[in-house]
Amino acid sequence: MTRIGVITFPGSLDDGDARRAIRLAGGEPVRLWHGDHDLDGVDAIVLPGGFSYGDYLRCGAIAAHSPIMREVVDAAARGVPVLGICNGFQMLTEAHLLPGGLVRNDHGAFVCRDQRLAVESTRTAWTGGFEPGEQIVVPLKNGEGGYLADADTVARLEDEGRVVFRYLETDPNGSVHGIAGVANAAGNVVGLMPHPEHAVEPGFGPDTAAAMRSGVDGLRVFRSALEGVLAA
Amino acid sequence: MTLEQTVVDTVERARATPERQQAYAALGLTDDEYARIREILGRRPTSGELAMYSVMWSEHCSYKSSKKYLRRFGERVTDRMREHLMVGMGQNAGVVDVGRGWAVTFKVESHNHPSYVEPFQGAATGVGGIVRDIIAMGARPVAVMDQLRFGDLAEADTLRVVHGVVAGISFYGNCLGLPNIGGETVFDPVYQGNPLVNALCVGVLKHEDLRLANATGAGNLVVLFGARTGGDGIGGASILASDTFTASGPTKRPAVQVGDPFAEKVLIECCLELYAGGLVEAIQDLGAAGISCATSELAANGDGGMRIDLDAVLLRDPTLTAEEILMSESQERMMAVVAPERLEGFLAVTGRWDVETSVLGTVTETGRLEITWHGETIVDVDPATVAVDGPVYDRPVARPAGLDALQADSATGLPRPADGPAIAEQLRALIGSPNLADVGWITDQYDRYVLGNTALAFPDDAGMIRVDEESGLGVAIATDANGRYSELDPRAGAQLALAEAYRNVAVTGARPLAVTDCLNFGAPTNPEVMWQFAETVDGLSEACLALEVPVTGGNVSLYNQTGDRAIHPTPVVGVLGVIDDVAKRVPSGWQDDGLNLYLLGETALELDGSAWAQVVHGHLGGRPPAVRLEAERALAGLLAAGASEGLLAAAHDLSEGGLAATLVEGVLRFGVGARVWLDEVLERDGVDAATALFSESTARVLVAVPREEDVRFVGLCAGRRVPAIRLGVTDAESGMLEVQGLLTERIEDLRRIRWGVLPAALGARSTAAGS
Repeated sequence: MTRIGVITFPGSLDDGDARRAIRLAGGEPVRLWHGDHDLDGVDAIVLPGGFSYGDYLRCGAIAAHSPIMREVVDAAARGVPVLGICNGFQMLTEAHLLPGGLVRNDHGAFVCRDQRLAVESTRTAWTGGFEPGEQIVVPLKNGEGGYLADADTVARLEDEGRVVFRYLETDPNGSVHGIAGVANAAGNVVGLMPHPEHAVEPGFGPDTAAAMRSGVDGLRVFRSALEGVLAA
Repeated sequence: MTLEQTVVDTVERARATPERQQAYAALGLTDDEYARIREILGRRPTSGELAMYSVMWSEHCSYKSSKKYLRRFGERVTDRMREHLMVGMGQNAGVVDVGRGWAVTFKVESHNHPSYVEPFQGAATGVGGIVRDIIAMGARPVAVMDQLRFGDLAEADTLRVVHGVVAGISFYGNCLGLPNIGGETVFDPVYQGNPLVNALCVGVLKHEDLRLANATGAGNLVVLFGARTGGDGIGGASILASDTFTASGPTKRPAVQVGDPFAEKVLIECCLELYAGGLVEAIQDLGAAGISCATSELAANGDGGMRIDLDAVLLRDPTLTAEEILMSESQERMMAVVAPERLEGFLAVTGRWDVETSVLGTVTETGRLEITWHGETIVDVDPATVAVDGPVYDRPVARPAGLDALQADSATGLPRPADGPAIAEQLRALIGSPNLADVGWITDQYDRYVLGNTALAFPDDAGMIRVDEESGLGVAIATDANGRYSELDPRAGAQLALAEAYRNVAVTGARPLAVTDCLNFGAPTNPEVMWQFAETVDGLSEACLALEVPVTGGNVSLYNQTGDRAIHPTPVVGVLGVIDDVAKRVPSGWQDDGLNLYLLGETALELDGSAWAQVVHGHLGGRPPAVRLEAERALAGLLAAGASEGLLAAAHDLSEGGLAATLVEGVLRFGVGARVWLDEVLERDGVDAATALFSESTARVLVAVPREEDVRFVGLCAGRRVPAIRLGVTDAESGMLEVQGLLTERIEDLRRIRWGVLPAALGARSTAAGS
């Protein structure tokens, strides 16, 4: 079975949810610990949401210097799929695996909502299972989710098709170009602010037109990686 | 703080200087209480002992004014009520058996006074405190809820308090990774100078993981771990929570604690790993009264004594005196009892989580709690005299002088509209009033998804959490209180709070099982307040017995007043229910077209204390709606059966705002309209249209039933003798709520009215509209 590691940092909150998502997608979740130098030979890596180290410096800044992050950087360079969700996205930018950064929401408050997104790029390790331009709904919950990058970087991301997810209907945190998630040039490293791991199980996801809490759009993010690994 | 502190006040010195004047009054102790302490000790207390007694004998920690009445909860219990009760009142939190080897622990607690002085930190540490109570039982915390009462939404100071409190809860709860699944928000001028911030936490555990916080086994080590001890929150329990605010406003800020949710999150994981590894005998949280409370409670609940070296406490501020260390309410600290041979394993776990730990002392056989400082004994007491056998007061009670006149002033005589346009206008006014408006401005700041087990959250009537992933076993929790009802009749008010919370759990399909309460009142020294309290406890315990749901624990918060003006009695009642499979839960609104809407229960002319009387007429008087506990029981049984058999597409209780508010909330839940007609209700119950729409008669629920289940559902109602009238049908095409012959409102207009109220007063956020 394809094994996907989920790294737990002190202050990680959605690590259990990420493991459940991997299991429901058909993979084998593997617990990884921030203080180790060992990736346990996993096929892909998820950096989960939360408030690592209390986010007392900048979000994700201290986690980016955790022992295991050196291994993550090496693995990313080898092409191993890496997904950073929310706080994990912040870590990936702090570790310079992804460009730009995340700042406090423009309205100043934490926001939790069912967020409609467009899947802008399907040429990444984590979005291969979507149709280009497909609209999905996954929960969003953050206080510092405003994506920011200089104009050149944003233009490059847009030109190279590296904007992976874009907010629809409303930009919930003041992100530039409504950017919800981006990829590295190779497409194996993806970071996004919304939480696909919270839309994987009927009964516990966002509401849909068909039934309460039945949204499972996030499941395909994890399936995309599993299928990609199998095909490789 | 006026602790005279130049030389250390030892037990020896206390014996030698019996005449020394002690500033006990500044610590909140009365002359009699001080005399009693001298009598217990046979000498004057040391300043350290005085500090301990003063906080532990405070109203907040000792329940000295309320204890006499709280006993009734323990007395009015049948064997059937005990059947699911694993731990009752008196421990950190009650524990209920929910089946399949699982248990649930839950409790609601107040953090009112700190939240007024410093709204952000007060509310944040309120969450932190209740979560630690849950951990102390051996449980993993899985959800929180908050019960908030603020002053007039139009007042400038309300904005300060609301912004601070909501941000504090959001900051702390979100950072802990606990979903916030419900709660209450009420605005009323009576809370202007004394907002209520109550916090509820629920935790889950396997039966075998249950722990009690007792220090047993002489030779076992007493270990303090978590955050360092600092100067924050000194005297919080005695100075803040047990005194009234003066009209001159906030001045007590240094007594408020400061919270660090990251430290608490790490502490949770650390404690759970310690339990799982069998590395601790017991864990006690440090909350109000800090080390004083933890040591005396652990020792008093154990079988021996305890000896503590206060020099071993890790300090944030090295200049703290011994008394300050004993009284500090620094957050994110826990105390464990550890067998010596397991200390190494214990330290390995705390080390892994980077949690600072220090061994303070040992469990002894002496029956005494002895504390040393710089090599000298500064505390030598029987711990039970500190923690258990505090003073008990039988305070004077008096029925409020103006109550007869208030009850005689019924809302029945107020003009009620008869024509459609006037009724429609009042409906819009009601749903646009702060207490019936959409509270998304608040709840959108809370994470309701984390942990992946949230089956229901706001705006549904109860929060629901899956406990067991394999079977789908889950629990539902709802809390309610109506201060206006309680002001009119505290006995009925408490029973109505219970009835509403019970009903809100029942509409989700869960079976109500147990109760927690947070009794928020004015100053117990006011006989009229004490009468309200006595009536409340008596009424609530009586109703718990009638519904067969035991009170498992809770909290009393007194002195909620500004100057002479007490708040309305506000008994927040939380009911926990169990559901065999959360997949069978029922939402509060309908999503499909063509469902039959049934009104269950009967409507009487009961507008006293109602939202209608408040919003339309600015009126409070008369008698609250009749308490109908037998009808509530029958209704709950019907709803559980209906949900279990899959007959219910939606169920929503009727309470504040009556049928009108319930219909509006029902169509707004999923944006699916409805056509209803009132004729049959008017005829059967002999009421006018305005009464049918706005009366707050209890034991009523609106349900949506798929047409193919209609016959079975009607049969179920008849069999269980629950009055049911087919009120209308759902309509997915119209985009309207239509009450035939009276009003037709666009759903989008209703949504805009309800949504706009809080942002207009509190400031819009760019993201929220239309979510």
